[in-house]
Amino acid sequence: MTWIININKCMRCGGCVSVCPTAALELRDNVIRDEKLCKLCGLCDQACPVDAIKVNKP
Amino acid sequence: MIDAVIVGAGPAGTCCAKKLAEAGFSVKVYEKRAEIGAPKRCGEGLSEASQNFVGKIPERCIAQRMKGARLYAPNGRYLDAILTEGGFILERKVFDKWLAEEAIKAGASVQANTFVSGLLKDSKGYYTGVKGEFMGNEFEEKARVVICATGAESPIRTQVLGVYSKVNLVDSCIQYEMTNVDMVPDMIHIYLSNILAPRGYVWVFPKGEHRANVGLGIVPQEKKPGAYMEEFFKEHPEISKGSIIEVNAGCVPVGGLVKDMVTNGFVLCGEAANHVNPIHGGGIKEAVISGQMAADVIGECLKKNDVSKTALSKYNDDWWELRGNHLKRVEKLRETLEKLSDQDLNDLVDALKPEDIIEFARGAKLSILAKVLMRKPRLVGIAMHLL
Repeated sequence: MTWIININKCMRCGGCVSVCPTAALELRDNVIRDEKLCKLCGLCDQACPVDAIKVNKP
Repeated sequence: MIDAVIVGAGPAGTCCAKKLAEAGFSVKVYEKRAEIGAPKRCGEGLSEASQNFVGKIPERCIAQRMKGARLYAPNGRYLDAILTEGGFILERKVFDKWLAEEAIKAGASVQANTFVSGLLKDSKGYYTGVKGEFMGNEFEEKARVVICATGAESPIRTQVLGVYSKVNLVDSCIQYEMTNVDMVPDMIHIYLSNILAPRGYVWVFPKGEHRANVGLGIVPQEKKPGAYMEEFFKEHPEISKGSIIEVNAGCVPVGGLVKDMVTNGFVLCGEAANHVNPIHGGGIKEAVISGQMAADVIGECLKKNDVSKTALSKYNDDWWELRGNHLKRVEKLRETLEKLSDQDLNDLVDALKPEDIIEFARGAKLSILAKVLMRKPRLVGIAMHLL
């Protein structure tokens, strides 16, 4: 169960934040994730326009 | 304590701020980004008629005037729709700052590079301000009402109202600003194709003779918009020969309009409430309208000293009556169009008359679309679905 962001690919667009149902993501200088809120649902991975997020579901 | 604090200095936030300031209220707007308007969030197109809401746009905000849209079928045939009023391709970095200046002239205060990290809430459950950070210093700003105009990219709307964008109701987009491309400059160019851009479309919005925003939006999936763009480039050497001078990305809501946009001391407006045209993904006009409508209701509520959910919900009623029901019909039209195969799209572009497209751009004449579809036997089934 992992959530990985490639900050070299990330455009800081916040697309991942917009589709997160649990408000686990926030865009500051980088996208930050609240591990307690994240359900590893993978919607951010699907929405990301630049393939920067990888969620390996359990 | 000030009257209103607004999170986000895009068109929704600054237009809301301007109206509230004009009505005599004290307003502060905080913008997360270091520069208002940058990076740009969209293709920068806006109809001339939008000036009815936003006011006369100064020349310095306009990169290119356009007279209409060129709509390309998957087979490469195209149709020119000339708008009676025309439109603009803006320089958002200039335009958004101009809107901020207008708000400031009216008496509002605006501050960039300021991150709102949380909201203040009182014992009665009313939102009463924000916690923020500016240049490493934390601060609190107490206000009688908090307006969330963050766009879709903030968790605030989710934390307060449970609003987020369903993944199948966003278009995942990439856009390159390019120079040295060859396009007819006074038209926007829209390419329809399920192969090149499933559910979405490719757009080329010229910004002068040889400069353009070249973008692509698709239903979110494993294959990313950049990979689709490579394929579009292979078929369009007149564009791919250009150089990329800026890259933008984003997810644009194309549905999921929010029924309830208020709670005690709190209002959502603009793209934070998914206020975007579901068929073309344009959000500037909707942001301006909803920011202004929110300001009208908030102003009345502040005067009566009642910012309860019940009092603020007049904004829900007003917005749904003026924009929501209309945009809901546009969303239905998009759902219908996304069922069309590439052969259907070829037939549709053949069957359309330029004046039909203008009606669709306005977004509501579903019966006209049905009539057009009826002209082609293959499309009758879809026409029946619309009626």
